[in-house]
Amino acid sequence: MAKVFVSSVIPAPAAEVWAVIRDFNGLPAWTPFVAESRIEHNAAPDKVGCIRNFRLRDGGVIRERLLALSDYDMSCTYSILESPMGVENYIATLALIPITDGNRTFAQWSAEFEAPPEREAALVQQIGGGVFGAAFESLKQRFAR
Amino acid sequence: MVAVRQSTVLQAPIATVWRILRDFNSHRLWHPAIAASEIEDGAAADAVGAVRCFRLQDGGLLREQLLSLSDSTYTLTYCLLEAPVPLLDYVATIRLRPVTDTDATFWEWHSTFAPPAQRREEMIRLVTEQIYQAGFAALRQYLAAPISPPTPAPAPTPVSDPTPQPAPVVSPAASVNQNRTAVLTPAIVVSAYGGPEVMQLQQIKVPAPGPGQVQIRQSFIGVNFIDVYCRNGHFNLLNPPGIPGMEAAGTITALGPGVSGLSVGERVAYACAPVGAYTGLRNMSPDLLVKLPPDISEETAAAVLLKGVTASFLLHEVHTVRQGDTVLLYAAAGGVGQLLLQWLVQLEAQVIAVVSTPEKADIARRLGAAAVILHTREAVADRVMELTGGQGVTVAYDAVGASTFADSLEALAPRGHLVSYGEASGPIGPQDISRFSARSITLSRPNYSHYTDTPAQLATQTNRLFAMLRNGAIRLAPPRHYALSEAAQAHADLEGRRTTGSVLLLP
Repeated sequence: MAKVFVSSVIPAPAAEVWAVIRDFNGLPAWTPFVAESRIEHNAAPDKVGCIRNFRLRDGGVIRERLLALSDYDMSCTYSILESPMGVENYIATLALIPITDGNRTFAQWSAEFEAPPEREAALVQQIGGGVFGAAFESLKQRFAR
Repeated sequence: MVAVRQSTVLQAPIATVWRILRDFNSHRLWHPAIAASEIEDGAAADAVGAVRCFRLQDGGLLREQLLSLSDSTYTLTYCLLEAPVPLLDYVATIRLRPVTDTDATFWEWHSTFAPPAQRREEMIRLVTEQIYQAGFAALRQYLAAPISPPTPAPAPTPVSDPTPQPAPVVSPAASVNQNRTAVLTPAIVVSAYGGPEVMQLQQIKVPAPGPGQVQIRQSFIGVNFIDVYCRNGHFNLLNPPGIPGMEAAGTITALGPGVSGLSVGERVAYACAPVGAYTGLRNMSPDLLVKLPPDISEETAAAVLLKGVTASFLLHEVHTVRQGDTVLLYAAAGGVGQLLLQWLVQLEAQVIAVVSTPEKADIARRLGAAAVILHTREAVADRVMELTGGQGVTVAYDAVGASTFADSLEALAPRGHLVSYGEASGPIGPQDISRFSARSITLSRPNYSHYTDTPAQLATQTNRLFAMLRNGAIRLAPPRHYALSEAAQAHADLEGRRTTGSVLLLP
């Protein structure tokens, strides 16, 4: 079981950051690598169990199922159903916590998955840096003040 | 219950920050409010269950217990055991999380607690600003200080010296004197739970009053039976070494910063926790003080305040006694009993007094009891039914407890009210309430603090009491005086039932 953990500080109040993050269909709006996204069967994007189907800028298609969404904890958990990355049993959680000092937001994104041992390190690097880290960078710039 | 949650980001790796915070004895190094800290009984600072004892910069004493510690989630939880402020049921958690993109640390500090209603905002502010925010700033500064190495945590609690350090026998305030003038004063210190002999006269240092405190030069100190329970460990209101006593009167000699509505020279009294009254000088929160009217002497206030306030809420709030009510009163010749009896007579109630000896029966009759039952010779419930023509009493005031509870229930009229306000003969234990329906009985078990814990509530009680003293409805037997140094003798006499009326210590 491989694990990824990435965290950052977003210079905006948690409620504002959460408003962006909680939209399960909103990846094109705040990540640099998603070209377009839709929710299958026209489900609401906050309906737990819904599936987002999005296309990466490099053309790859990923399908992910919303497993849990909490406005109380400001956290969102999802699994990968289909992707070009070659991972199994992939479950990730993105969560926000308010930083009262400066009214900012602590953001953490973690994932667990299974992959062939020889590809594990590269996948951890790719998901942690290329996906989660890059998304946080873009989120930070969006809220830069 | 309120919850306080504060968080910040420190520009230091999580391992560095955690090494400091996981040390339950490290606050003295970095937190500005803490003057000294030690782990009690030689426990390790990372042993779950360890108790740390803080001395605050303002002289207060704080004890906290480690409830959980996790190196895997960088989390620790602790609770407050003892504090100079009413942070009741305070449980706090510190949790760290790594900020991976800048190798920094996200630090959350949160707690829940139950402050008294009238000090709610003050307590929330205290925890938010003076403990958490001040702590964040101080640890940030500590980490940035050029002289502090990157891993500045102190060594774990020395295991080379496992013998418990005897806590200093002077007041906790004594060793803390941050650029303020402390004054020596005589005080009675309970060195360990035990008999009267564990009370010793010592000179202690009392610091200048801190923010929100006033200093009182005490002229009379009330001795109550609860002081005996504090001394012998029956109640845990006092942790040795400590100063007992919950009632005194005197004159304000100094005001701390931020105090308004009181002035130096004013005469005040108090009857409340925390313990610490057996001393010449004492710092107190103004909220707990009663201003004495010109016609109420300090001696009277120290002799009657605790018992009189108790009588006031028992007769007017726990149960509202009305003219013509028949009332069963146990221990009618005792301290609170005599006040209740005189007050009930003033309210024109018919009092059936229960006492143990013919001498006490004489006292009860003299104070106005309509009938007296000697419980050593008569069956109380049967006698009550005879006296009331089979009706029973409207209300029974019973502080005796285990040995009288059944009789008290038996003696009640339909819809009668049993006010159980003490358990002198032992705990009453679990009761089957279904039998209460046979007579639609109401049972009350009042707690002093719930009738006195706002300044308005306290004023209601004391105004009633002072009015009863003024109009002569309540007459006090002359209090018995002891020098403060004779506190042990006073306790021995009280326990030996050799006193009648109030007992006072004179510093």
